[in-house]
Amino acid sequence: MITFLQIVLSALLAFGCFFILVGALGLVRFSDFFKRLHAPTKASTLGVGCVLVCSVAYHIFLGEDPQPRELLITVFLFITAPISAHLMAKAALSLMMESRPEPPGDKP
Amino acid sequence: MNGYLIFQTTLVVCMHVVGIAMLLALWRLLRGPTVPDRILALDTLSVTAIAELMLFGIYLDSAIYFEAALVIAMLGFCSTVMLSKYVLRRDIVE
Repeated sequence: MITFLQIVLSALLAFGCFFILVGALGLVRFSDFFKRLHAPTKASTLGVGCVLVCSVAYHIFLGEDPQPRELLITVFLFITAPISAHLMAKAALSLMMESRPEPPGDKP
Repeated sequence: MNGYLIFQTTLVVCMHVVGIAMLLALWRLLRGPTVPDRILALDTLSVTAIAELMLFGIYLDSAIYFEAALVIAMLGFCSTVMLSKYVLRRDIVE
């Protein structure tokens, strides 16, 4: 039972760290800021959520101190990540308004 | 091969992977062509620092790194909001 739990937690850790790495790689490799905004704000948040859930499960089932306190950080990150992404997109829009192409008009 | 060894090995590998992710975010923070890129890289750096601290807390089997991770989460969010607002309005407290 303990071995099965440890293997499940290892799989959860590997899943979360894969998504953290994908988010950082997207931050480096994409070409435009508005493309770059997608990778860390979604993938990294999912990865950190998986790592924190794994930490909670480890401290409950295998550790010394069974209190689910890391769920606080998970909830806080899941609430604040869209807000910070929205604010960064607004800041970038206000800076790059001149370099954006004209929107297509409704004239034929 | 028992489960404890598998878990410890995965933990060490995951700490290295998250460290590589922090280095990539640091590269974008130093390089980044525009100001919002740097703000985004700083936000990503704080989020990955939380993950690294929690992995280190599992590795040492202690819950003492929870407070540090919570403080980093709050300060990361506040710094992102403040920097974005400064870029947006050129003024923080109106």
